[in-house]
Amino acid sequence: MSQLVVISRGGRQTVIDAVGGQSVMENIKEAGLDELLALCGGVCACATCHVYIDPAFGGLLAPIGEDEDDLLSGSAHRRPESRLSCQIPFDDRLAGLTCQIAPED
Amino acid sequence: MRPRSFDVLIVGAGHGGAQAATALRQQGFEGRIGVIGDEPEFPYERPTLSKDYLAGEKTFARILIRPESYWAERDIEMLTGRLVVGVDAAAHTVALSSGDRVRYGQLIWATGGRPRKPSWAGAALRGVHMVRTRADVDLLRSELDTASEVVVVGGGYIGLEAAAVLTKLGKRVTVLEVLDRVLARVAGETLSRFFEAEHRAHGVEVRLGVSPAEFVGEAGQVRGVRMADGEVIAAQIVIVGIGIVPAVEPLVAAGAAGHNGVDVDAFGATSLSDVFAVGDCAAHLNPFGAGARIRLESVQNAHDQALTVAKVIVGKPEPYHALPWFWSNQYDLKLQTIGLSIGYDEALTRGAPAARSFSVVYFRNGRVIALDCVNATRDFVQGRALIGGPPPLDRAKLADSATPLKLVAA
Repeated sequence: MSQLVVISRGGRQTVIDAVGGQSVMENIKEAGLDELLALCGGVCACATCHVYIDPAFGGLLAPIGEDEDDLLSGSAHRRPESRLSCQIPFDDRLAGLTCQIAPED
Repeated sequence: MRPRSFDVLIVGAGHGGAQAATALRQQGFEGRIGVIGDEPEFPYERPTLSKDYLAGEKTFARILIRPESYWAERDIEMLTGRLVVGVDAAAHTVALSSGDRVRYGQLIWATGGRPRKPSWAGAALRGVHMVRTRADVDLLRSELDTASEVVVVGGGYIGLEAAAVLTKLGKRVTVLEVLDRVLARVAGETLSRFFEAEHRAHGVEVRLGVSPAEFVGEAGQVRGVRMADGEVIAAQIVIVGIGIVPAVEPLVAAGAAGHNGVDVDAFGATSLSDVFAVGDCAAHLNPFGAGARIRLESVQNAHDQALTVAKVIVGKPEPYHALPWFWSNQYDLKLQTIGLSIGYDEALTRGAPAARSFSVVYFRNGRVIALDCVNATRDFVQGRALIGGPPPLDRAKLADSATPLKLVAA
């Protein structure tokens, strides 16, 4: 298992053992972190799983999709490192990835 | 034995009930919270039941709203597999089918609805299914291997999503819709005709303006659907998706006001003191619904109403004022809806349905009230700003999908 570091809105850090083959969103949810709503269940239909990804890992991530880009553009809290965590499949190359849960819109 | 007692008792362990409990803890509520659910499972996501979960693309563990351990960690007691059959509002207790009583300080009713039962003869045959619970879909899935023909009764979202999944799985699917178009209760004609054409192009037989006469079977197993003219459409599986009936009988029997579900005010309160209702069963005056008292069957509504009630309970009341949104996935089509098209008096199509990426913009009294966006996430996102905005908008720009909606709003 590889670790995923999640930072809550309040700045609390949680290190979780992440499972490959599932999205970063699913891994965050399975760790019991409830700030992430992920209301559509991971089908890229809303923007309630918005996170900021450590830019050092940017090159390892699947590129941002058009729908994801559009959904993020609706957020008042978008930053260059914004992603929808349901659109990032976790794998071992992402070990040590840090992501911060973005403020709610 | 003294009855169990909770400061807040939530009846219903779906999206609304789960979120009510979560939101209470997130808002700092420290009292005892209990959640009663009539299914054996902990809260899980329901929209996927007619989509990925039906397709077998997601395991049950992956559709849990929170991991099982979450609830105990937050000191939320999950009382699953229990059915509430009565409410005594004066005594502040609910009665379970087991005969036990549970006491509450405040009650949040979040039971959603039960699928409307088919009234046709043969509805009890094996192979006749509804799609509302995990158990419904597991049973349906267990019969897929031996079925090649499926009839779907009802051309709403559940029926069409199921039709799309089963067609992809290689089944021959027929959809029967009693009205003259699919999605008639929830969308405008352009969207209806588009989805009708898409289903036909994928090989689904869509029959409009028809209703079954009866379900016919042999040895307890459904074999087909007999139509009024005597024709029998062969089917080893029949899926009935004709809407839900709000599960509010115990509350109404206890005196709660309501004709279609239970009536709530802008803070989720019912007419009974210390009793709230949220989600599919809560009839409310939606601020985006032209003053109509409506029930909204969506995750968004269940979630946001639950948050409204949690805030009331912790002493930070804010009236419910969430802009409705909704989604449906069929084949490679992603429908996203923003706003409520109820009572629209004009609709405009933006882009070309033939391009399989377009939006329908709905108006009432010249103002935009909703958009249905098909493979047009950008319109879904940018259209939000148009809703409720002042007329007049430049209709030519609005109809031109090359002009971003954010420029139309300006």
